[in-house]
Amino acid sequence: MSATPPDTARLRVESATIGYDKRIISEHLSVAIPDESFTVIVGPNACGKSTLLRGLSRLLKLSAGQVVLDGADINSYKTKEVARRVGLLPQTSIAPDGITVADLVARGRYPHQGFIRQWTEDDEQAVLRAMHQTSVTDLSGRLVDELSGGQRQRVWVAMALAQHTGIMLLDEPTTFLDITHQIELMELFTDLHHVGHTLVAVLHDLNHAARYGTHLIAMKDGAVVAEGTPEEVVTAELVEEVFGLRCLVLPDPVAGSPQVVPLGRERTRQRSADNTDVESARNG
Amino acid sequence: MSTRIPQVDFGRRVLVLRRRRIAVRLQWRSVVVCAVLAVAVAGTAVLALMTGSYPLSPGQVLSALTGRETGIVHDIVVEWRLPRVAAALVFGAALGVSGAVFQSLLRNPLADPGIIGFSHGSYTGALIVILVVNGTYVQLVGGALLGGMATAVAVYVLAYRRGAQGFRLIIVGIGVSAMLGSLNTWLILMADLDQAMSAAAWGAGSLNGVSWDQVVIGGACIAVLLLLAGMLSRPMRQMELGDDAAASQGVRVWPARLGLILVGVALTATVTAASGPIAFISLVTPQIARRLARTAGITLAPAAFVGALLCLASDYLAQHVAPTPLPVGIITVVLGGGYLGYLLFTEARRRL
Repeated sequence: MSATPPDTARLRVESATIGYDKRIISEHLSVAIPDESFTVIVGPNACGKSTLLRGLSRLLKLSAGQVVLDGADINSYKTKEVARRVGLLPQTSIAPDGITVADLVARGRYPHQGFIRQWTEDDEQAVLRAMHQTSVTDLSGRLVDELSGGQRQRVWVAMALAQHTGIMLLDEPTTFLDITHQIELMELFTDLHHVGHTLVAVLHDLNHAARYGTHLIAMKDGAVVAEGTPEEVVTAELVEEVFGLRCLVLPDPVAGSPQVVPLGRERTRQRSADNTDVESARNG
Repeated sequence: MSTRIPQVDFGRRVLVLRRRRIAVRLQWRSVVVCAVLAVAVAGTAVLALMTGSYPLSPGQVLSALTGRETGIVHDIVVEWRLPRVAAALVFGAALGVSGAVFQSLLRNPLADPGIIGFSHGSYTGALIVILVVNGTYVQLVGGALLGGMATAVAVYVLAYRRGAQGFRLIIVGIGVSAMLGSLNTWLILMADLDQAMSAAAWGAGSLNGVSWDQVVIGGACIAVLLLLAGMLSRPMRQMELGDDAAASQGVRVWPARLGLILVGVALTATVTAASGPIAFISLVTPQIARRLARTAGITLAPAAFVGALLCLASDYLAQHVAPTPLPVGIITVVLGGGYLGYLLFTEARRRL
């Protein structure tokens, strides 16, 4: 999957120093996002993964180094031009009072619009398509305030989709959702990846990362510790090195992807019938 | 101009206009509300032009406005009453838009230029000119503008910390305003009676003695500023989604925010220069407009119309309905008090 050579990737960071004010988060950071991959950045809290995402989307200026987008320094583009190439689903967004779903999705068209060109046929088609892809067409006329958390997050994804960028950055998109909606959303991202979007997500859940990601980047203390396929990155040694968590890594019985089972303190407890399955999976 | 029903269901009736390079989407309700408000503004304006110690008929007013009257009727309508009506209309619209800009930027229904200390600062400036320098009217205006702007800048700088966050701006603004408020009280207490009277009259905000010069100059400034606000309204709308979302959609957040703050403060400053601080119109207008037009977030056009109508109606009440003619600011304070009470009531009910 990571067949793209790092120096030709559409979006990459070259020997960057990223931080807030004087607090440096990452130094000499070089990361390439393989084209058409579903890249997932993982790592413990405060390892600099969201900071990297902010750097990639130009929300945060680098202190040194550069972000290269389609062969040129990202700062050489006009703001709207960047927004036509790279989209972002921020960790927190605010829905204005009294906004309807379609109205919110339509806001994603901003970089394609001008002062007197606000609603062309293209805009309309992009909004319809984005709502269709995220299955929110039926909610179109509803108020965003009235939706459930899972529905609302799909609407935000639709807004980012309507922006019609080849590359989409997702900052902890599943954090506030229950497990059903998390899976639903991850599968939506997989669908989007299959139709040609390059996705870069910051995720907390290693099992989701391994199951849905095609390219993983593990970070610790602002540096990239490992990258590659889920099988290459999600190993017991690496999880212990990056997260300081002792665990077993077993193949996911459904998807076959590596799955992290924390050992924790409870491992000495009497095994129940459930654990015997784990044991057999481990041996098999 | 082709109009058609779009395929996207916005949950509201929308009007799409497309022709060559123009492609606009409007909400029907906003269009209708603005039209109705425009009619109400025109009606109130005619009523205000009719009323006074020399009552006129609507017909006389209209023919005076179209230049078909000469003599006393023409003088009363065009020279005496019209400047005041025009001022109320234009200044009201300016205050409405100014408040809308601030409430959108700070995402808070309690925000207006007063929140970043503008009102108290300009009063301090005016008081210093009246009491210390004993200056002319032009100096008074200059002092007020300088005081207001300086306070706004000071609050902005004090609240600045990796970008001026809305909530910090409000808290610092309230603190600085409170300090200036006590300074103002002290200045008035120190003054002799005549000076204190004229200071209080200016501080109440009044359209008394507004001349054609002030209306024309102020109106021209306001027209330019409203145009700028209109141009910034699209970035403003995107920023209501949060800074990150707006930035990732191609809004240059910092220049846009600074531009909007400058336009918002300048609109209020222009009004303050001509009439003194007319309180609360900028505070209540955006919320009334939002509820009438049922728009998502804050929109400027309905706010402009509501502002014009409120200011015009308040001035009419102050002049003709109150037992003695009052400064318009007194009426708007009553209005604002009612609004704050309503806001407290609904917020409290929502929390409980």
